[in-house]
Amino acid sequence: MKPIELDKVQEKLESFIDKDVYVHLETTNGAYASHVNAKAYNVGVYIRNAKVRFNQAKIVGEGKSYRAGLKMEIGWIYAEGLTDWEIFEGEKLLMAGHDREGRLMVALQISETPFNY
Amino acid sequence: MEKHVVVIYPHPDDESFGAAGTIAKFREQGVPVTYLCGSLGEMGRNMGNPTFANRETLPEIRKKELIEACKILDMELVMLGYRDKTLEYEDRNEVAVHLKGIIEEIEPSLVITHYPEHGVHPDHNALGAAAVEAVRLMEPEKRPTVWAQAITNTHIEELGNPEVINDVRDNFDKKMDAILCHQSQANGVIRSWNQSEGLDNDLKEEAKKRLGYESFYIWKY
Repeated sequence: MKPIELDKVQEKLESFIDKDVYVHLETTNGAYASHVNAKAYNVGVYIRNAKVRFNQAKIVGEGKSYRAGLKMEIGWIYAEGLTDWEIFEGEKLLMAGHDREGRLMVALQISETPFNY
Repeated sequence: MEKHVVVIYPHPDDESFGAAGTIAKFREQGVPVTYLCGSLGEMGRNMGNPTFANRETLPEIRKKELIEACKILDMELVMLGYRDKTLEYEDRNEVAVHLKGIIEEIEPSLVITHYPEHGVHPDHNALGAAAVEAVRLMEPEKRPTVWAQAITNTHIEELGNPEVINDVRDNFDKKMDAILCHQSQANGVIRSWNQSEGLDNDLKEEAKKRLGYESFYIWKY
């Protein structure tokens, strides 16, 4: 993946507007968080291939870390801490936030076809 | 001497970090070893350092790493096809019956798995419990011995000392070679053990300190 380029990601986000799309949304601090650090908590969320439709989409942020929000008819999806992006298999938008060791902390991915499961 | 050893862990790299030295010793004795690997570690958060994987490419990358590690350790590989981090939500009995079918076909004298409730990772606990259950479902006289690996910080306090303690430091290079096959994971996993800043970069020394002994409890039915 490469560092987020705001304009290009915004353009890609808008290409999904008013279409049925599949979303992968995830955040994690790893299954060993409280094992290696007794003061830490294990926290994670994972949704893969939720089929949604949104009518607005925006990526916001300066410099290294970005937030992306999708407005649906009766709800919202957003992710914070995104740092990198990539177009995968020609059409899937992958966005992720990595820590300084390169570990994935958060991911928001959107595609017109389902992600492998 | 063992007739055949079956190793049951959920993730590519569990075999290398957890039991590579033990596996290598069995192979030196000519004992066949088969690894039943539960998933492809699809949900790993280590993407290489610097990152070279993403959420979508990680499964194939880890599959290749797994195949390489099994080549280094000279063991057969069976991929069970579950999804990383979902094993505890599967039907325990269904997984146990699946494992039992494979175990009955291979007829091992020994099964190695994680100690349920002492595996730290929910997948370790779930697949360990299913493996223990799979053997329990077998005719008592046909059951292989089960070695269960506990990795919680409290396991000695709660379970006593493990009965099997293998010192694998004399053949640590082999274990390290297997670990390093897991290129997307090894660096990040080893670094995560030492949270303090300015960690010495010698990953092998750090690994040897942590992984020089492989210990197991003998499951009592």
